[in-house]
Amino acid sequence: MDIAKEFTKGLWAEIPPFRFVLGLCPTLAVTKTVETGIGMGLMLTFVLVFSNILVSSLRKVIPPRVRIACFIVVIATFVVIVELVSQAYTYGLYQKLGIFIPLIVVNCIVLGRAEAFASKNGVVASIADGLGMGIGFTISLTVLAAIREVFGAGTFYGINVMGPSFEPFTFMVSAPGAFVCLGIILCIMNMFGKAKDM
Amino acid sequence: MSDYLLMAVGAILVNNILLAQYLGCCPFVGVSKQMDTAVGMTGGVVFVLTMAGLITWTIDAYLLRYFDLVYLRTIVFILVIASLVQFVETFLRKMIPPLYKGLGIFLPLITTNCAIFGVCIINVRKDFNFMETLVFSITSALGFGLALILMAGLRERMATARIPKILEGTAITMITAGFIALAFFGFVGMA
Repeated sequence: MDIAKEFTKGLWAEIPPFRFVLGLCPTLAVTKTVETGIGMGLMLTFVLVFSNILVSSLRKVIPPRVRIACFIVVIATFVVIVELVSQAYTYGLYQKLGIFIPLIVVNCIVLGRAEAFASKNGVVASIADGLGMGIGFTISLTVLAAIREVFGAGTFYGINVMGPSFEPFTFMVSAPGAFVCLGIILCIMNMFGKAKDM
Repeated sequence: MSDYLLMAVGAILVNNILLAQYLGCCPFVGVSKQMDTAVGMTGGVVFVLTMAGLITWTIDAYLLRYFDLVYLRTIVFILVIASLVQFVETFLRKMIPPLYKGLGIFLPLITTNCAIFGVCIINVRKDFNFMETLVFSITSALGFGLALILMAGLRERMATARIPKILEGTAITMITAGFIALAFFGFVGMA
């Protein structure tokens, strides 16, 4: 069991959602600006790491037949923690992300890692896996959000980068732009080898 | 009455749950390869979303708000949806086998469909009353179905088309979805 390998696979070889095509809803919805993209990425990383820790330490206790329900309760608990903490300390971000914070519960990446990795491996490996996948997801969201924000609004993290004469390409920040943009990134990733299909 | 009609048009066309609010993308990519699976999934979503919407709204209004437990919403809702899906599956298998044959394999997938959970959350966050919840849940599900069936029709054509190698799979699906979403943008003026 190579811990470093478990960590780094989430950063390139299986980077979600570009390689490991899961969790598309938040990917599309929160990448209008870099701020919301990074915020969502960090929240998901927190939930992923802690649900991986709990699921892998309880993996011998949870009966296999009701495991999915148990995983969902574990994940939902951490999502509620994230929701309350963000409401208390980062209210602006909480309002911008809206319903997508509770929606982390049904994010396929979290349940997918609990089922495919944490329920079969030790705690340390699961932490590495959760951190790698979470950071990979944060990087993906930041890249997608940067492209959309720079072209769609002419800003990066709220700072104007394209100069005063730039006419924002509003298509990029609206829904169709999100789909097309993600499609093109997936296409670029395909150049480096085939993505894991769902 | 006209309020409900406006809400229905809004949920199906203008603020389509999938194309404008990005909910339910995973099943959208996963089951839109063939028309009959898309129709089956649509049936399942309409059925489960309507029931889940009403049940979660009732629980929220009469239990969570009454006892001041709103912070438990996320956990309660996901458990209700998961057990509802399980219940519907068992019920259909015993009582209405033909319907189970049609919807059966889609039901477990519905638990992790963000559209279901998302609509339940929207219902309570927007303070809808019972009738509004009913209308919004059904029409959101129909909007999801419309987008899914349109996509399945296009993907059946794409199966025989010559697509560049690197665009195959999810990439071309996302770009096509982008153009469907662009077409749906035309309805924005109706709101």
